[in-house]
Amino acid sequence: MSSKLIRGCVYLSAAVTFASLLFILLYIFINGLPHLNSDILSWKFTTDNQSLIPSLITTFIVLGLTLLIATPIGVFTGFYLVEYAKRGNKVVEVIRMATDTLAAIPSIVYGLFGMLFFVTFLGFQYSVAAGVLTSVIMVLPLIIRSTEEALMAVNDSLREASFGLGAGKLRTIFRVVLPVAMPGILSGVILASGRVIGETAALMYTLGTSSNLPSGLFSSGRTLALHMYVLSNEGIHVNESFATGVVLIIFVLIVNGLSTFLSNKLAKGTK
Amino acid sequence: MEETQSKFTQKSQKRKFEQFGRTISFICIAFIVLVVLSILYFVISKGLSTFTTDGVSVIDFLFGNTWRPGEVGENGAPLVGALPMILGSFYVTLLSAVLATPFAIAAAIYMIEISPKNGKKILQPVIELLVGIPSVVYGFIGLTVIVPFIRNIFGGTGFGILSATMVLFVMILPTVTSMAVDALNAVPRHYREASLAMGGTRWQTIYKVVLRAATPGLLTAVVFGMARAFGEALAVQMVIGNAALVPTDLITPASTLTSILTMSMGNTVMGTLENNVLWSLATILLVMALFFNILTRWIGKKGAMKK
Repeated sequence: MSSKLIRGCVYLSAAVTFASLLFILLYIFINGLPHLNSDILSWKFTTDNQSLIPSLITTFIVLGLTLLIATPIGVFTGFYLVEYAKRGNKVVEVIRMATDTLAAIPSIVYGLFGMLFFVTFLGFQYSVAAGVLTSVIMVLPLIIRSTEEALMAVNDSLREASFGLGAGKLRTIFRVVLPVAMPGILSGVILASGRVIGETAALMYTLGTSSNLPSGLFSSGRTLALHMYVLSNEGIHVNESFATGVVLIIFVLIVNGLSTFLSNKLAKGTK
Repeated sequence: MEETQSKFTQKSQKRKFEQFGRTISFICIAFIVLVVLSILYFVISKGLSTFTTDGVSVIDFLFGNTWRPGEVGENGAPLVGALPMILGSFYVTLLSAVLATPFAIAAAIYMIEISPKNGKKILQPVIELLVGIPSVVYGFIGLTVIVPFIRNIFGGTGFGILSATMVLFVMILPTVTSMAVDALNAVPRHYREASLAMGGTRWQTIYKVVLRAATPGLLTAVVFGMARAFGEALAVQMVIGNAALVPTDLITPASTLTSILTMSMGNTVMGTLENNVLWSLATILLVMALFFNILTRWIGKKGAMKK
């Protein structure tokens, strides 16, 4: 009797999880797709059309620049932790604590730090530069973590073979270890992309919320997620919020598809 | 002679190349440490200036229940009691964790113990998608679905702790579930086999063996969910109503640390008391994040020792 009850609860919970996704997707798509018309997809933002195209382009700019800066830093940090530092070293312990701390900080605190440091202290104002640098700091722990895990999964015999043939450390990393670890590192980068696309709290006080396309590195803009936030807080453009939500969710679907594809590839590669 | 000597004493091209790789990765490491330290330094020093520069007492700040920055009370002390926000943050975090934990563990049991096939094929991608959905979308759905729903049932405005809890429940459910799945997955197969061989039923095995063995992992999952709920800003800000009052019930507007921060930070001038107290709120947030982090480490260590 009681086991039947528990069984029921377990099935119910699985169903609730499944249903909540289904509901979110259907709700946003059904309400948003009809409003995804030429008005909201026009090139210039006006108060009439509340176009999301400038935000869409800004999202790509912020995303691209963030990955461009964060990926090398994160990957090289991973190199140091796994390839250069002696295993079980104290330094590694400290760095791991530092990245763990970074990962645990709520995104609003990143936003406030960015506002204090980049916007005010360095005088960037609300700008693409401040937003990008803030999101770089935010995604670094994700990239470091996945690089570390990917590198550690590479079999030591590969490294030894490379050293045995007379290759140096850096050459071994780039020619032998990196190709094997690539899917893992990439999936970290994709995870980071998802985070940047969905981020609002960290960007609100660094990128600002200007509705136009930024004219340069030091001008403000807004990403899609911020666009949706501003629209729904104003409360008068609900339909446009739904339409923006559709585009955001499509992004999420793409990012998830890519990461599933890569993790399948990784699973095949290590076997 | 000199030529030969320099050949032996100079670093070779290859050696320089190696040095280069080492230097670059060391610079990156130093950069990370610098970033962490400067975040801690900037936020905390700003947050402490409320107490050092403006002379607000820590007790008044932490336990005062009137939040009207810019105004002074009868005794001349500024009215910057953060208790309403602190309580609000703890209420929504605890309530959403209490709600989400049984669901998450049950869903994880389904995925690992009952139907691994469906779990892997259907629920795994579902959970990954739910984790990936941006918090604005959750907040927006809270605003357009949950708030009106609660307004219809309980009356009032619909904004408040209950709405925020519901939104956070849906938000942290996938996070906690996916970590609970990892925890159950880590339980060795022979534990289950031993229990079944002793005549334990499936449920006895799950309840008395698997869940017991996975407890540290499950706790970590819950703490992680709580950390996420505590730090979530915009989704909560959209549905909680943002009234800086000590919460008396679940359906009147309240506020959390994050919601007041998002609302007010843009409207204050750097360096004033109104601004400094906001940094003090941010400091509480940061300290709590560090606390959650230490807690997960501690649970991990304790759990590891038991084995």
